[in-house]
Amino acid sequence: MKIMKENKGAIKKMMIILSKGTLENVYAAFVLANGARMEGIEAEMFFTFFGLEAVHKKKLEHLHIATVGNPAMHMPTMLGGLPGMEALATSMMKKEMEKIDMPDVLEFLEILSASGVKLWACKLAMDMFHYKKEDMYEGIDDVITVGDFYKQSEGEGVHMLFI
Amino acid sequence: MKQLLNIKITIMEKIIAGKNITVNEEGYLTDFNQWDEKVGEALATESDISLSPRHWEVVKYLQNEQKSQVPLSIRRVGKSGIVDIKEFYQLFPTAPLKTATKIAGIPKPASCI
Repeated sequence: MKIMKENKGAIKKMMIILSKGTLENVYAAFVLANGARMEGIEAEMFFTFFGLEAVHKKKLEHLHIATVGNPAMHMPTMLGGLPGMEALATSMMKKEMEKIDMPDVLEFLEILSASGVKLWACKLAMDMFHYKKEDMYEGIDDVITVGDFYKQSEGEGVHMLFI
Repeated sequence: MKQLLNIKITIMEKIIAGKNITVNEEGYLTDFNQWDEKVGEALATESDISLSPRHWEVVKYLQNEQKSQVPLSIRRVGKSGIVDIKEFYQLFPTAPLKTATKIAGIPKPASCI
């Protein structure tokens, strides 16, 4: 409570955990991290489980949006499961993103890196998927444990977000 | 009535570099005609920045973009050929686009990227 009064509840750092590899979740996490830096707030990202695909060199350019199990797609679930539906929906969304000047995944990672966002890969998930550091985007700061990530999160005005 | 009161925009007058300047509640100039380099320097000092020739190049670039009504974003600044994103953050360490546009006397960009 005392701390809250001292810094008026100001957000000083955002710790964003990305656990999903669907395009819409990856973009949400990237926009939030970049938006924090634009406001003068520090930001760090922890890529775990399917979130690792967003920083895997060979996979990051082939992320899809989810057409199944996503009621906001307004598409019958059975249709969403047809071959090619994900690719179609993804290419439509990418076209819309280009219109609003949204960078692709690789360019977005470069923007984040240049803006000083720390990018961490989760060690446990890396082991599970048999990924090596050299498989990952070179801007990754390091492969760390969940304990390391908590250590990074110490301090007042730090907020954590799980996507 | 209560709602009407809530949406009123606060405009304040303040004296910067010996000039009477109108700014909004976030400190952005409301009239670019009131801007000159002395005002820019004074606004920079308020943000703890002392302007180098590199800063000025960025500030002038932003003013030109604003004149041509190009929507400003970090991504666009990074692709301008004037400054890359890394240097932009080095020149204006806290919220570069917000700080640089304030110094340039132009409105705060409504950009999420």
